[in-house]
Amino acid sequence: MRRRRYDVVVIGAGTAGLVAATRLAQAGAGVCVVARGFGSTHLAAGTIDVLGYAPERVERPLDGLSRLIAAQPEHPYSRIGSGAVSAALEWFATTVASGVLPGYTYVGGIERNLLLPTALGVLKPSALVPASFAAGDAHALRRVAVAGITALRDFHAGLCAENLRAAGLDAHPVTLALELDRADTGTLGLARRLDDAQWRAGFCARLAPLVGGFDQVGLPAILGLREPHAVWRDCEQRLGCAVFEIPALPPSVPGMRLFELLAGALRAAGGTVAIGAGVVGHRRDGGRAGGRVLSVQADTAGSPTSYEADAFVLASGGVHSGAIALDSHWQAHELVLGLPLAGLPGPGEPRFAPGYFDEQPFARVGVAVDERLRALGASNVVVAGASLPGAVPWREGSGEGIALASGYHAAAVLAAELGAGVAA
Amino acid sequence: MAELEALRASLDHCVKCTICETACPVAAVTPLFPGPKYAGPQAERFRVAGEVSVDRSVDYCSGCGICSQVCPQGVKVAELNAQARRALKARDGVPLRDRLITRPTWLGRAGTPVAPLANWTLRSRPLRILAQRLLGVHRDAPAPRFAGRRFSTWFWKRRRAAGQRTGRRIVYFHGCGTEYYEPWEGERVVAVLEHNGFEVVVPKQGCCGLPLQSSGLFEDARRAVRRLARALEPELSDAQTVIVGNASSCTLMLKREAREILSLEDDPVLRRVAARTYDICELLLELHQRGELRTDFRPLPERVAYHAPCQQQGHWIGKPALALLALIPQLEVCELTARCCGIAGTYGLKAEKYEIAMAVGRDLFAQAGASGAGAVACDSETCRWQITHGSGLPAAHPIDYLYRAYGLGGG
Repeated sequence: MRRRRYDVVVIGAGTAGLVAATRLAQAGAGVCVVARGFGSTHLAAGTIDVLGYAPERVERPLDGLSRLIAAQPEHPYSRIGSGAVSAALEWFATTVASGVLPGYTYVGGIERNLLLPTALGVLKPSALVPASFAAGDAHALRRVAVAGITALRDFHAGLCAENLRAAGLDAHPVTLALELDRADTGTLGLARRLDDAQWRAGFCARLAPLVGGFDQVGLPAILGLREPHAVWRDCEQRLGCAVFEIPALPPSVPGMRLFELLAGALRAAGGTVAIGAGVVGHRRDGGRAGGRVLSVQADTAGSPTSYEADAFVLASGGVHSGAIALDSHWQAHELVLGLPLAGLPGPGEPRFAPGYFDEQPFARVGVAVDERLRALGASNVVVAGASLPGAVPWREGSGEGIALASGYHAAAVLAAELGAGVAA
Repeated sequence: MAELEALRASLDHCVKCTICETACPVAAVTPLFPGPKYAGPQAERFRVAGEVSVDRSVDYCSGCGICSQVCPQGVKVAELNAQARRALKARDGVPLRDRLITRPTWLGRAGTPVAPLANWTLRSRPLRILAQRLLGVHRDAPAPRFAGRRFSTWFWKRRRAAGQRTGRRIVYFHGCGTEYYEPWEGERVVAVLEHNGFEVVVPKQGCCGLPLQSSGLFEDARRAVRRLARALEPELSDAQTVIVGNASSCTLMLKREAREILSLEDDPVLRRVAARTYDICELLLELHQRGELRTDFRPLPERVAYHAPCQQQGHWIGKPALALLALIPQLEVCELTARCCGIAGTYGLKAEKYEIAMAVGRDLFAQAGASGAGAVACDSETCRWQITHGSGLPAAHPIDYLYRAYGLGGG
């Protein structure tokens, strides 16, 4: 059996896992992230949405959090506490600002939500967003152009602008016809082209006449991957107005930047990552309930590798990532470590809600944890991100906020136990 | 074919999330390859039993395997592409070039005795232009240099002179690159292992078949890897002995690729060999974590840039070389984050793919150049040749640094 040994092994390379690993490495722990593949970062918008709806639209996340924590003691935020949420956001913004993408920063905070257009022209509340998104805040939008590109079939300027107008904004679609070497392209292909200064100059020269007289221009999130800050600034200069990015369909260009930032922070802190190494088994002492996880077996070439550690962070995601599954008998299972779940409908309660927008009875399922995010089924496993029970992230607009804050908090819990003081 | 069915079953796990597209180094630089999602799971649905790909774009996949590595759903994207490429070649025929450059053992045996002439030929401009015209091997592609001696000859001469060593047995799989082109790498591997108390065993061995496989010559590849597995397996009679290799692409072939791509999952010999095969850095890090690696390292006051090749990443073991290099006092290690050098074994040698390979590697070459390092450490030989070709920097296996830091070079 192949063997590795670390102080902490983190399972999952999404936002929660990478944040937890980075914080633990910064605290001096020997950390390795094992993950079956890339995680949520590449698919999410790249914004940190802390709390958008509770259930009405939240203007001030901090106030919304207080109400949510009072009303829902089982919610992840209730276990994390709003103090840790604030601290996590602050740490994140500071980390990004000194990260691997020069000049690229996140703006906003927990005091007030920004209201940013989505690709459908819906205004979405976000707490912390890339600076290149901020000019899209509906509070400050005036006469705004939404710019589409014919070859980009995943983004329809007309639809976006129409919905923004329906929300009372002075929005107008413009469409740029580009000849590319392919009939269609995605945001990824355009972002790579915009990284090229010469191509970018040509792009802006074609777009500029279409957006003259507008105060702001919204573009799908394609403004570069290598030096996105420079690309964004250059576009603003060339177009002569404020430019903002609008999240589009996956792959998410700002999400890829987020991954690079988090992976870079982990690297700088001395942590390691094994991508591809999905967990296929584990060993524990004690019985099925309780006890400690001694090692996880990761899928490595040739035969599995046993990763031994003092503690584990489970950040494998929930139902969407396949870490929690519902079988045909309506039984839910945690597939990575076989841990007990919480947030399940009770005996005799309905398993399914017929309305499309109803809250499904399994929506809040997650790994059962105590008030310190420790898995009830294993004393040395803490849980972070979408693996946690009690939230409905898509409805609350809370997914990345929970991921960031729980990853941050899980690391603090473990670092305190492992005897390392978390660096300020 | 049961294995193809298993690979095909994985495509039903594809949720079209596009994560593979973000990581593909080839699609990032050329429209000729539409990306792993399109050429892989999407196109596979149109390849009904026995029929070939609906277009030829899958031939531009370099087979680096990054798509399969990053897929969060476990879809065997690169493996499906390899199967589709084979079907394409089976219909359209395999060019003579691909039959030649995929046989490092033939080339090595032919070139070694006449190394000065062979090396001159490989560097003669007119002959390279001719080779491009006649064969389709790009005239500028990095050609290895025949060492003019073989690693195995050195090993057996030394064994006869010094006698059998004692210690914990370990089987060394050196691969063709070490045998014919860089025998010193093998000498250093042996020295480092012996320094750590191992008795190194080197069975007579040939090619793993990876170049044949990546050009779609599956039958020849199967023969090669089966023969290799049967050469190594008799040495595994006790439960502790493992096989170790310094060519990370060839060890990956033994560990997984041959079984998955060549449908050899049922071969019990290969299965045993796969389970006991280690990459050299993987093994040394494991020893270190168990407190069994000697750490009597001398300082190496220099800066090196490290690149983890795609096939090394395909082991899914992270980057153990970084942890090992960090043990060497005063050695400043700069991790290169650009993904791929472009060469992908023999991909970048092919005339129609050379420019693509160079475009893939551009970021890596630039990063290496900007790192201020005097050299690059990299686990795979063809990647090292490409990095030197693209960046002008010398490149060596990470084991070289351990070897020097142990003071085994005599200096």
